[in-house]
Amino acid sequence: MGDMMKELLEVIAKSLVDHPEQVSVNQKDNDGVIILELSVAEEDMGKVIGKHGRIAKAIRTVIKAYAIKENIKAVVEIVQ
Amino acid sequence: MGNVVIEQSGKTVEEAISLALEQLDVTEEQVEIEILQESSSKGLLGIKKEKDAIIRVTLHDYSAEIANDFLSELMGKMGMEATINVEDSDEKLLVDIKTNKSGVIIGRHGETLDAIQFITSIVVNRNNPVYKKVIIDTEGYRVKREETLVVLANRLAKKAIDSKKSVSLEPMNPYERRIIHSTLQQNDKIETYSVGEEPHRKVVIKSIG
Repeated sequence: MGDMMKELLEVIAKSLVDHPEQVSVNQKDNDGVIILELSVAEEDMGKVIGKHGRIAKAIRTVIKAYAIKENIKAVVEIVQ
Repeated sequence: MGNVVIEQSGKTVEEAISLALEQLDVTEEQVEIEILQESSSKGLLGIKKEKDAIIRVTLHDYSAEIANDFLSELMGKMGMEATINVEDSDEKLLVDIKTNKSGVIIGRHGETLDAIQFITSIVVNRNNPVYKKVIIDTEGYRVKREETLVVLANRLAKKAIDSKKSVSLEPMNPYERRIIHSTLQQNDKIETYSVGEEPHRKVVIKSIG
């Protein structure tokens, strides 16, 4: 189910940024917790973080909803 | 819905286009251009007669389609079967999501629904010519939540008056706090105000007089 979650994060991120072709998600498994490392173009960082981190929080909330539904543990990290 | 249409004249078609694009603050790819009148600078028999070019520029409002496409894809990737209905008025989009697992997209106190609504609003307004407020509901959740908050507000106002003390509510988002404030606005035995920083900001009902 992790692959679907990776695609879900990609869809959200690509819809928010100016350079969707530079969106990538790297998936890692850390002791049963799926870590999704989201990377976007440098000038798009603000588009996925938002003022006071509001966009990043909303993205994490949606991913969390999916993770709960699938009974998995997941964390979203935004990387440079 | 919400298309922006302007007519612009210029000495040449090119000039009219560039003036119109400047006025709308958009690029040529974003608009539809119709030439209503070509310019001419020479009349018959060489008599100088100038005629301006006139064009019509239409900036389309695709907000409803953008919202529908984005949410369809989002629901699909969440592995949920959903029917999305978008009602488009000039200033807002009312979106209703029908799904057999609405609890998943509502979340605790509507947290997930608010997150989906916030992201959709950004996606819709990123390139749209006019700002559209986006409201997303499922299973009438927002209406039911509003009714719950009105009942809660009245009950806690009574508690504050009876005990002559202040009563704090749990943290709420700005939309929900506004419902509490407006419900109790007419009650002159109490006053309401908000304390704390987002996302922990909450309403306090204080007994007065």
